[in-house]
Amino acid sequence: MLEIENLHVNVGGNEILKGVTLSIGAGEVHSIMGPNGSGKSTLAQVLAGNDSYEVTEGSVVYEGSDLLSMSVDERACAGVFLAFQYPAEIPGVSNTQFLKAALNAVRRFRGEESLDAVDFLALVEEKRKVVQMDTSFLKRSVNEGFSGGEKKRHEVFQMALLEPKMVIMDETDSGLDIDALRIVSDSVNSMRNQERGFLVITHYQRLLNYIVPDFVHVLVKGKIVKSGGKELALDLEAKGYTALSHGKSPAVAGVGSN
Amino acid sequence: MLTVDDQIGAYVEAFGRRQKQMSAQDRWCDSLQEAAMNRFVELGFPSAGDEDWRDTRLEHITNTAFCLAESDSSNCSEATVASHGFPGLESTVLVFVDGHWNPDLSSTTPMSRGVYIGSLAVAIDINREQVEPHFAQYANGQQDSFAALNTAFFDDGLFVYVPNNTVVDRPIHAMYISSASGGEPAMAHPRNLIVVGQSSDVTVIEDYFSLGDQKHFTNTVTELVISRNARAAHYRLCRENQNAISVTTLRTRQSQDSNLVSHSVMTGGQWIRNNLHNEFTGSNGTSLLNGLYVNRRNQHVDNHMVVEHAAAHCSSRQVYTGILDDQASAVFGGRIIVAKDAQKTDAKQSNRNLLLSEAAQINAKPQLEIYADDVKCTHGATVGQINEDAVYYFRTRGLSEPAARALAVYAFASESLGRIDLDSIRANLTRTILAQLPHGELIEEVV
Repeated sequence: MLEIENLHVNVGGNEILKGVTLSIGAGEVHSIMGPNGSGKSTLAQVLAGNDSYEVTEGSVVYEGSDLLSMSVDERACAGVFLAFQYPAEIPGVSNTQFLKAALNAVRRFRGEESLDAVDFLALVEEKRKVVQMDTSFLKRSVNEGFSGGEKKRHEVFQMALLEPKMVIMDETDSGLDIDALRIVSDSVNSMRNQERGFLVITHYQRLLNYIVPDFVHVLVKGKIVKSGGKELALDLEAKGYTALSHGKSPAVAGVGSN
Repeated sequence: MLTVDDQIGAYVEAFGRRQKQMSAQDRWCDSLQEAAMNRFVELGFPSAGDEDWRDTRLEHITNTAFCLAESDSSNCSEATVASHGFPGLESTVLVFVDGHWNPDLSSTTPMSRGVYIGSLAVAIDINREQVEPHFAQYANGQQDSFAALNTAFFDDGLFVYVPNNTVVDRPIHAMYISSASGGEPAMAHPRNLIVVGQSSDVTVIEDYFSLGDQKHFTNTVTELVISRNARAAHYRLCRENQNAISVTTLRTRQSQDSNLVSHSVMTGGQWIRNNLHNEFTGSNGTSLLNGLYVNRRNQHVDNHMVVEHAAAHCSSRQVYTGILDDQASAVFGGRIIVAKDAQKTDAKQSNRNLLLSEAAQINAKPQLEIYADDVKCTHGATVGQINEDAVYYFRTRGLSEPAARALAVYAFASESLGRIDLDSIRANLTRTILAQLPHGELIEEVV
């Protein structure tokens, strides 16, 4: 459902991604691991449509459409969802207002009716329990004063509410304690199905004990240097990234994709 | 174009005509009005060199010969009043059309337990002992040309008198309607006096709007006296037509342990000068001065604030927020004066502005004059653009770019709207403001 081909991306004149090729099929969970500065977050932002990142070469096709020519909100409405590493804090807009605006925008795009206040709150209540967020968060401003863990749970909560098809998670595990990690992972696992694809970006193997990926890719200096199954993550945890960055030729990207 | 001398002359003539018409009456305030007229002639209009008027030009007033508005209630009906009310707000409604009281359109209020809510002109005749000790005692008609002009020309306005230990349950909604239809550009000088007795409580909404589109000039003065341990909430809603010129003055005096909440919301008008002078004369007083201006086209709004701490242990909060689009311009002049004996004063002032276009302008001038040595005073003015991180975040959740921008702009105003605790007014103002924001209609269903 998502075909990334030879993607080159510049940020402020520096080339950060240097030819990334990756194919994610429906129902698959792919994980991208890599050291700091390898370009993981850049990949996530480019897929979401952040215009401070300049694509200089390559293509991204999402469900048969040219993703790179779609606007940020077109991508979101078409089902691409980015769970941010650092979600924006937005004083002055309550979570209720924000979530309602987002849900209705996505529903209208899908040709569904806007939800009225009662149905909206019922749906929020149902999803809220999954991520175990307190009801008081609805009245608070979007992400304002949220702890790191609350922000991440809020991202996952939005994912559950909007039901996207292609989920990109940018270091959702960072800043989470073990309990929160389990809550977040359970939510993600409950959303895994044959139609939905996941791209899980993480530093650490720990998250992958909870969200078990089908494929693991290692991104180093803007290139995927190795791809494999879930055991690759364990291998990395044992040997570190540096073993991969020296001398080894890149493995065939997109192993096992369809 | 009129010379300034011609302009002053026109007011002198208008005053003369007015005196002839009123010569049958003989009221104790006549001499005050005459003295005020003389003072206005001496003062003239503020000049460009006047520091308090540095960034606001007076041409909109001095270039037009405004005539004194006749009471023209013909196009003002119960339907007019109903359509400008706030649904869900149970209020006592007082209606003034072109500066004149309209008793037929006003609520008939039983004045129980010594409460007076009604016409100032009537009170001047029948309740002199309540009016005289306060009338023209606080607004500075000696130095301020517009206060002098108001005193000279006022015909009527709101008088509220709340005796000690009395809570007025219903908010008082005073409508100042300018008919603004046909004839010469008109002027009106509504004059209001609100006296709140000890341990009493009242809410007054001053609501200014026009029916037609014609240019008109409203110059209003309100004196608000809050006695010991009393509380007053005051709203000033400026929603006149896009050619309207207005000078609004609120002068407050707070005694010991009193509390004031003031809201000024400026969404209409062509040119507004909003003067607010909040004075503490007793200790432990508190005030919150909340302001919101949302302006576009070539609207100009000048908020001129003075907070005067003349007594110790008082706390004041000024929070003025502005959103400016197109060629709109605004001025925020905020002065905090802390007298020598006003120790432990806690005064905060903040002015935040969001500029939505290259041509929009804000001039902010915070000023602190502190003569006491044990005080906490802060001020800050910010000018910013739309929060692009918020816009991007909203868009990644499916909001279109115009909707995301509208929501990010609304976010800037919402804190100020949130301070308004009368739900029906807050809801109404939110609609008004959305209607003025680019693509505000796109977020109507969520805010």
